[in-house]
Formats: sequence, C-alpha cells, structure tokens
Amino acid sequence: MSKKLANWPLHLMILPSLVLVLLFNYGPMAGIVIAFQKFIPAKGITGSEWIGWGNFKYVMSLPDTYKVLQNTVYIALMKIVTGLVFPLTIALLLNEIARKFVKRSIQTLIYLPHFLSWTILGGVLVDILSPSVGIVNEIVKMLGFEPIYFLGNNNWFPYVLVATNAWKEVGFSTILYLAALTSVNPALYEAAVVDGANRLRQTWHVSLPGMRPIIILLATLSLASVLNAGFDQVFVLYNPQVYASGDIIDTFVYRMGLISAQFGPATAIGLFNSIVSFILIAVAYYMAYRFAKYRIF
Amino acid sequence: MRESGWRIGFQIFNYAFLGLIAISCVLPIIHVLALSLSSNAAASAGVVRLWPVGFNTMSYEYVLEQAAFIKSIVITLQRVAIGVSINILLTVLLAYPLSKEAHKFKSRTVYAWIFVFTMLFGGGLIPTYMVVRTTGLLDSIWALVLPGAVPVFSAILLLNFFRGLPKELEEAAFIDGAGHFVTLFRIYLPLSVPAIATILLLSSVGHWNSWFDGLIYMNSPERYPLQSYLQTIVIQKSFSGITDLNTEALKHISDRTVKAAQIFLGALPVLLLYPFLQKYFMQGIVMGSVKE
Repeated sequence: MSKKLANWPLHLMILPSLVLVLLFNYGPMAGIVIAFQKFIPAKGITGSEWIGWGNFKYVMSLPDTYKVLQNTVYIALMKIVTGLVFPLTIALLLNEIARKFVKRSIQTLIYLPHFLSWTILGGVLVDILSPSVGIVNEIVKMLGFEPIYFLGNNNWFPYVLVATNAWKEVGFSTILYLAALTSVNPALYEAAVVDGANRLRQTWHVSLPGMRPIIILLATLSLASVLNAGFDQVFVLYNPQVYASGDIIDTFVYRMGLISAQFGPATAIGLFNSIVSFILIAVAYYMAYRFAKYRIF
Repeated sequence: MRESGWRIGFQIFNYAFLGLIAISCVLPIIHVLALSLSSNAAASAGVVRLWPVGFNTMSYEYVLEQAAFIKSIVITLQRVAIGVSINILLTVLLAYPLSKEAHKFKSRTVYAWIFVFTMLFGGGLIPTYMVVRTTGLLDSIWALVLPGAVPVFSAILLLNFFRGLPKELEEAAFIDGAGHFVTLFRIYLPLSVPAIATILLLSSVGHWNSWFDGLIYMNSPERYPLQSYLQTIVIQKSFSGITDLNTEALKHISDRTVKAAQIFLGALPVLLLYPFLQKYFMQGIVMGSVKE
C-alpha cells in the first residue's frame, strides 16, 4: 500500500503533459472522423452528415491527386538519396583533412543553414535565384547562358527543392557520420597500411565498413519520410506556376482544407497520409532495431 | 613518388571542394546583408556582390520604424519566453518519471507509449486546426504555445541523460527523507545543466523559427509573430509596405533592399546564438542518435 502511494508524485509530474497531449494530440485523432462526413463547421461533428467513403471517392476522382502523390514520392525519394549520399561523401572528405582548425571551421559553416527557418532561407533563395536581379543568374549570364527562372519553371523546380534541401541539411548528418568515423579502431588502418593499402583502399575496406551501422540506421529511418517531401520548404518556395511539379500532399491538403474550406476531402487525404506514414515509421523503427539495434529509448 | 603526387593533388582538390561547399553555406546570407546595406540604384543594377555598394542604413531605419514589424518581434519574444518556459518545465517533469525503471514505476510503460505514439501518428492539419479553434485559442498566443507544449523528443533526450546518472544519488536522497520532487529539483537538475542547455536552445530556436502556426491560427496579420510576418512579406511577393516615401529616400531604399534588411533581422538572433548552439548541438545530436 505504502509503496503504491510513494509513486503519486510521479503521476502528478506526468499529469500536465498528459492533459495537453490528450487535448492537442489525441483530440485531433478523434477529429479524423471528419474524413467520413460531409463536414460543415457550423453544424459541428455531431451535426454533420455521415457519408462513409464519399470523401475518399471524391478525392480519388480528382486528377490532381495522382499528380500530387507522384510529386511527393519523387521529391521525397530524391531527398532521401541525396540526404544519405551527400553527407557521407562530405564526412569522408572531411576526415582526410588533417588540420583540426580547418576541419572544425568547415563543419561549423556547413551546419549553419540547418538552424535558419525556411522563411529566412526562402527569402534568401527567392532573391538570389530571381531571373532578373538574382546573383545566381548573374553568374549564369556571365557564363553565356540564358537566365533561368528556377522557381517558376517546372523542369527546374523539383531539383531546386532537392538541391536546396541537401544544402540546408548536409551538416546535420555529416556530424553523425563523423562521430561514427572517429569510433573506427585506428589499429585497423595500421593493419591496412601494412598490407599495402592506399588511402582509397583504406576508405573502402576500413572506413566504410566501420560506418556501416550508422549508414544502415539512417537509411532505414529515412524510409519513414517517403510521403514527406517537406511542407515548409515547398510552401515558401512554390507558386501556382510550379504546382504541376512541386505540389505535394501537405501543400495540397493545406490549400484544399484551409483555403478552399473543403474540410472533409482534405482530412481524408491527410488521413491517408498519416496511416501510410505510420506504417512506414513502424516498419522503419522495426528494421532499425533489427539491423542496427536502435531503440527510441 | 607517384603515390604522393596523387595525394597532393587530392589534398588540393579536397581543400578547394570542401572550402567551396562551406562558403556556399554562408555566402547567400552575406550577399543579402550586403544588399540590405546598399543603395536602391546599386541593388537594381545588380552590382552588389558581397560588399555593400552605396552604403547606407536607411533600409534598416525604415524597417525599424514600421510598427507592424516591431509588433511582430514583440509577439515572437513573448512566444519564445512563454513557450520555452513551458517546454522546459514539461520536459523535466516528463523525463523524470519516465526514466524510472518499469518495476519501480509500474505505469511507466503505459505512459511511455501514450507519449511516443504522438511522435508516430497525428490527426493531421485540419483536425488539429479544428481542435485549436474549438478550444477558443485562435488569435491568442496560447495557440502558438500549447499545441506543441510537450516536447516528447526532448524528454527522451533528457531521460536518457537521467539514466546515465548514478543510481546511488537517488537512493541516498531517499534515505535522507527526500521525495521525488526534491530529488528531481535538488539533485537531478543541477547535474543536468548541459542537457537542459541543449534542450533550451533547441526549444528557443524552434519557437523563434516557427511561422506556419502563426499563419493559420492568427486571423489578423497584426497578431503574426515575426517569421509569419516575414513569410507574408518576403515570400508572398507582396510589397514590403513602402508607400509614402519622398524621392530622396527612394534613392537609397527599395522593395528589395527593405526585404533584405527584414530577412537579415529575422536571422540575426540565430546567427548570434549560433556559436553556442552548435557546441551544444553536436553533443545533443550524438547523445540522441548514437547510443546503445
């Protein structure tokens, strides 16, 4: 009895968080029922008419839906691949720099954009990528090409998204790879040298195998973001001209739900996104645990 | 000999390549700073690179005289102060019970799943908006603070930190008659300063940088926090508000230089905090990701 009572402070500590999470995280989960209603805000959830799969059928009938789904997966996959390969390359190259000061300075600089919001970076990018006054197009013109409307051209827009995302986030994963590199046993390098391996072979036979756990971990965890192409970035950079190539599920839901007030259909797409993402995250965590012994806590 | 020739060539390439990448991460920001300090004529002629041309600070003077801009900064500062305090308090209060072993605190597993599940699945944009509306938080600063008040990820970082502390500390405290609250605030917290500092910075930057919630939960632009305000001005291609200016002033400032000044001011606190941020963050990231 007394042992049970002794834990009441622990329950009390959790209480405020529990209340907030029930309201703001589980409350919206209950609100998902809107996806199955002809929801009218004035009538509320209890007063609105139930229409079963009606919203889903309606969404499926929209040609935009397929385009948006395709854009999302395409952009997200390109981001996943660049997000794995680019930082890994940078980490291996950084590791070849012997001077501590230079190494640290480069690390510090490439880590900076990660901390700035997409609003700030969006403002910077809109300016420097502008076809008329942007400094990037000044360079393009100097090289003798026609100026490119990076943010208004459907051929360019998805790649601008991928490149600028890689640029913003490269420092973040680089640090993880570097941490993994420092934990590689130096004796293995010495042994490789004795066997006559040059730096390239050392990288291939010692560094990369040493980093395998973290590579597998990041690769499996990144699986979870196949339907997440990055709302913040797309939202600040896109415009109606590039909807064809840049509109993703999250921006589509935003426009349909909060701009056009089609709450039911927007919630239906959102629900589809949440469920598929949940399955992907669950699979990713399971695989991360299987292959890299990763646990959340 | 041939080997070392390759090696030198590689080193030159490597320094140059990494140097270029590193520089590319800061040059755009320096360019925008230079623009904001340049004259209208130089900015529109496209001659500004990394150094101001026709140096003047009138864009900043103009921006800082805008009541709407100042107001959005005040709202953001309130948001950071309230939001971060709540975040830290709840992180600490959540991490402590969850760091207990399941056989000592039986409900721990249930609680842990309730919180972790919120990281895995969410109701989505529209239902979340509905809840915030139903609770009557629209247009108030609480709409920016309460929905994200429980930072589960931070709590996980901190609980892992707590678990690394020696068990004997807690036992000794209990023998001396201390309860859970005293143990947490008198013994655990003073030992957790590095971890708390990491979470504090994470939460501050998060609140400073947020813009989407301001955009959707505030019905009137006068209530926008800074980043939401910048989003509408800088990104949505609306004019920066330049209306009644005499021709003398227009020589020095333009829509473009004013936007550049606003962007730079929006980034400034993060740039100033950055040296601290990155020191703690390196520990934080490694602490959160590479663990056994």
